[in-house]
This record gives sequence, C-alpha cells and structure tokens, in this order.
Amino acid sequence: MRKTDATKGTERFADVTKGTVPFVTSSEDMTKGTVPFVTSGTVPFVTSAAARPVASTPARGVSPQAISVKDLSYTYTKKPFIEGLSLDIARGEITSIVGPNGCGKSTLLKLIDGIIEPHGGEVLIDGKPSLGMKGRQRARHLALLAQGARPPAMSVEALVACGRYPYHSQMRSHLDAEDKRQIEEAMLLAGIEEFRNHDVRRLSGGERQRAFIAMTLAQDTDIIALDEPTTYLDVRACHDIMQLITELNRISGKTILMVIHDLDLALRYSDAMVVMKKGRCICAGSVEEVFDSGAIEQAFHIEVCRVPSKDRTAYTLFPLD
Amino acid sequence: MKPLRARRTKAIAITATVTFLVLATVVAFFVGSSSVGLPEFWALITGHPLSDSAKSILLNVRLPRVLAALLAGAALAMAGALIQAVLDNPLACPNIIGINAGAGFAVLLVSAFVPGLFALQPLAAFAGALVTAVIIFFISLGMGASRLTVVLAGIALSSIFAAGMNTILIVNPDAYIGASRFLVGGLSGVLMTNLIWPAPYIIIGLVVAVLVANKLNIMSLGDATAHSLGMNVGRWRMSLLGLAALLAGCAVSFAGLLGFVGLIVPHLIRFLVGHDNRVVLPLSATFGAAFVVFCDLLARTAFAPYEIPVGILMAFIGGPFFVYLIIKNRKHGDA
Repeated sequence: MRKTDATKGTERFADVTKGTVPFVTSSEDMTKGTVPFVTSGTVPFVTSAAARPVASTPARGVSPQAISVKDLSYTYTKKPFIEGLSLDIARGEITSIVGPNGCGKSTLLKLIDGIIEPHGGEVLIDGKPSLGMKGRQRARHLALLAQGARPPAMSVEALVACGRYPYHSQMRSHLDAEDKRQIEEAMLLAGIEEFRNHDVRRLSGGERQRAFIAMTLAQDTDIIALDEPTTYLDVRACHDIMQLITELNRISGKTILMVIHDLDLALRYSDAMVVMKKGRCICAGSVEEVFDSGAIEQAFHIEVCRVPSKDRTAYTLFPLD
Repeated sequence: MKPLRARRTKAIAITATVTFLVLATVVAFFVGSSSVGLPEFWALITGHPLSDSAKSILLNVRLPRVLAALLAGAALAMAGALIQAVLDNPLACPNIIGINAGAGFAVLLVSAFVPGLFALQPLAAFAGALVTAVIIFFISLGMGASRLTVVLAGIALSSIFAAGMNTILIVNPDAYIGASRFLVGGLSGVLMTNLIWPAPYIIIGLVVAVLVANKLNIMSLGDATAHSLGMNVGRWRMSLLGLAALLAGCAVSFAGLLGFVGLIVPHLIRFLVGHDNRVVLPLSATFGAAFVVFCDLLARTAFAPYEIPVGILMAFIGGPFFVYLIIKNRKHGDA
C-alpha cells in the first residue's frame, strides 16, 4: 500500500522540483503533517527533541537555513545530471542525503562546497551566495570532509593544524594561541589526542577518519559536510564515527550534512533526510516523514523494516524483485 | 616517531646541511687548476697584500663560478621540490618534465638573434620554461594521466626542444659561446655579467617559495580537501609551477641544461626530515647549493688536468637514481 502512495507522491515531487517553490512543502505527506521541513529549529523532532542544542535558534540576521540550494543545475556531459534541484538544510540538525549510486549526491555536495560550479541556480550558505564568497570566507562557514581523503605524510597534530588554514593570511602559517586552542579542542572532541604524534598513514581506518574530522573541527565552522564518512570502516568504527557526529551536533551545535550509503546508519542517526534519484530530490523531511513516505523504498527498490529492540531501533533492508 | 626524536633529526639535518654548504663553498674557493690556494684565499679575506694574478683568479674566475654553482644548485633543487609537490609526482624535476630544455631552447634562440644582451637571457629562459610548465600542467590535468605519462610527455617535449637547439647550433654555430658546455650543463667560463641578471630573480624566487611552502602541505591533502580549506587549488598549482619555471629557467640561463639536482636533492631531504614542505623547501635549496658546489669541485679537480662539465657528473649520479625511483614507484603500484 505504501509503495503505490509513494510512487504517486514522487511523480508530483518531480514536477515541483523544477520550480523555485521549496520542494518539501509540496509533499502531500508533509503538508498533511504538522512538521514542514523548512521551519527548522522551532519544531522539535521526535528523534532529538530533548537534546536540541541552543545553536539551532538562529541569531538575528542569520538565515534559518544553514544551506539553501535553489534551482540548481549541473551537467557533466550533454545530458543534465542535476536539474532544477531545490533544497533546504536546516540549522542545527543532522541531515543525511541518501540515494542510489550515480544519483548525484556527491555532485550535490561538491556543488555546495563550490569545487564545481553549477550551470544554473545557486547555493546559499548561511544566507549568502556561496559563489560570491572568497575561498577562505566560505571555509569559515562550511567544512567539507571529502570522500576517502588520501592520508597525508604528516602527524595527526599537523593534519588537524591544517584546519586553521582559512584563518591565516597568504604568507602566514604560524599558529597563534587561538589556533592552538582550537587544535587541542578539536583533537579532544574527536578523541585522538593520544595519537597526536602518530603518522596519519599508520592509523586504523576509524582513527584516521577521526583525525580528518578533527581537522574539519579545527576549521571552526557552524556547518560540517561529510562525503560518505563511514566507507571502508568496520561496523564498530561506523557507529563510533556516527556517535561522534551526533555528539558534535548535540553538544557543539554543529549543523551536519552528510552523504551516506548505509541506510541503517542514516535512519538511526539523522534528524532529517533527503532522498535523491537521478539528479532530483524525490523526498525530504524528518526521518519519520521520509520513512513513512516510502521514498527510500521507491528509490532503492527495497523494503525497509524497523527492528525495535529494548530502547533503540535498527533498520533492516530487503531487496524487492 | 616521537616528536623529540623528530625534532633532533631535523636539527641534525639542518646543521649538517649548513656545514656542508659552508665547507664546500670555502674549499671550492681555494682549490682549482692553478696554484692559487688557501694562503692567497686567506690573504684576500684578511686584506693582506696579494699578487694581481692571484687576486684576479680568485675574484674573476673562482668567485663567479662558486656563486653560479650556489645559485644554480639552490634554484634547481627548489624548483624540483616545488614541481614534485605541485604535480604530486616523485619522478618529476625540471629536466625530466622538459622545463630545462624549454628554457635552454629560449636562451639559444635569444643568443642567436640578439647576441650579447645578457639581461634578456634569464627572461627568455623563464618564458621557455613557463611555456613548458603550462603544457605539462594541462597534460597532468588530463583524465587518467599517470605519473609516468607526465614523465613521458616531458621526454617528448625535451626531444622537441633539443631538436630546436641543435637546429640553431647547426645553422648558426656561433650563437652561443661554449655551446657544448651549455647542452650538458657546466659552470666553466661563467662570468659575473652572466649572473647579475638572473641572480636577483633566483633570490626573490627562493624567498617567495619558502614563504608559501605551507600551501604545498595543504595541497598534499588532495584537491577536494585543499579546496574545502579555502584554497584556490588550480590557481596556486599554476602559480607555484610558474615559480619553479622562473627558478629553473634562470639557472639554465647561465648554467646550461644542468639536470638531476632537482630530482636527487629533494628526495634526499625528505628521506632525512620527512614531508613538511616548510622544512623540505629551504633545506632542499641549501643542500642543492652545497651539492652543486661540491660536484663542480669534483668535476674540475678529480680528473685533472682535464675538467668535465658538472652536468656530466650529475647525469652519472642522477640517471641511476631516476631508474631506482621508477622501479620503487612501480612496486608501490601507483606509477
């Protein structure tokens, strides 16, 4: 029953994504529901209501959306790869972007960070157009942890210190007291201060990922974007990383945006989700809303089952024929 | 590695390099084919009376030669360290990717058409080096260009420029005095007039390179991460390649096609002190200067009464080292 609903819903989504109207409000499920995605911060979600950080209340003059994607288009070859994509990422939340391979998730992240420039539309970071920002200015608002970043030949502490680059002038690489404080704090938060003198190349996958996360923390941004932060990690390390990300959100008030393949992790640890398929956003909203809409099942052609245990919920996936 | 040990290794490497530099420079001053030696050198320094011929040998023959070796060594080693880091390619260095040949071609071209204009030579060399660097830059950007592809492209470019240089020398044999020395890279017959123009460019280039060394550390994190940290990766990559072209081009303008300094020295320094470019760059320049002074000293004394151009000695050391690097790279499977 859900499947038919979802299909009906997505057809309608597809029409509106081209327009400038924020896509989410058009969702039947969401307009019916009381929790429109765009009004972030003010409406508590079931998953994280108690621990919502103060940072989610935007200061005066700051846009309520951490990231706003407006009618974005991008083309690799002749065929449009991403077309008319509009999306809002709410401040102070953990938002996961999921979708099948080649749906444009990583491209979207690259467009948001400005590694590639869109052929149409724009991205607003903290309410300001990202293309109008200078590199260092953008890097003080948004830190992106690239996918499978190559381990450099440096110590953990030196890697974390690289996160202070946006705060230095062109010729300066000397670390001042504030830099050092930020570096120590980042290493402490990521739980890697004991490895500070280790060569990054010799760390385990999980430790290495923590070191990179510490580098993005040293960047001291409100928004952290992660491209598949759990790829190649064992199950324990995956959950460690997700718990670290949750802590960064709940305790440090970071807005987290991540592309993630593991749907179980995405459903468990996120506040909001975006489902993409073929360069379009087919559903966005709180985890509950997205789960109930059946968009995940439709995008991956799978069945998602909740597996409740005593006080937690896991998600199991079955392929549909 | 424990930080204390790392710091001590670094301190030892710095001390050893500086000592090597000072010793090689001083020895190069009072050793040579003529009998002018330590006593005359000492007399010159302390201001004691000195015969005119001894004074002339020290000031007009040995001083420009030692200065040329210092400048060429520092510039080429720094250019090599920059290129290896910017292209993320341990096999790259100015002579291998064709920058030296490009500069050499431009120098010969200028000397054939506007002879005697020394001020123009380093600029022409820079232009030739820069053109080559830009071509290599775009080849390295191409999809699936491996490290060896860049090296092969460099060899192809070198052959083209070598053909150009040979054409000039056949058509106009008097285009460049000491052309055979120029083609292998040597420092005999270098005069102060050859050094006055390139020297300031080299010194400025070295200073700028050391100041921006941290960019290379950020770049080593990969393009996406460097971009995310706010760096304009493409612009800096091109600027730093241009800086390497300036250094290598200026060195070529008076030392000829001196190769392999830029390959050997940065590898040796990284082996000793690790990969932090803020240490690697200044130490490479220092060691490169000392290394060329030392090799030039060997080249002009070891086979006395014959003197071989230092470039030949470099090629004997550098060639096998290059083969070793290719094999080592293959083993790591990322060549």
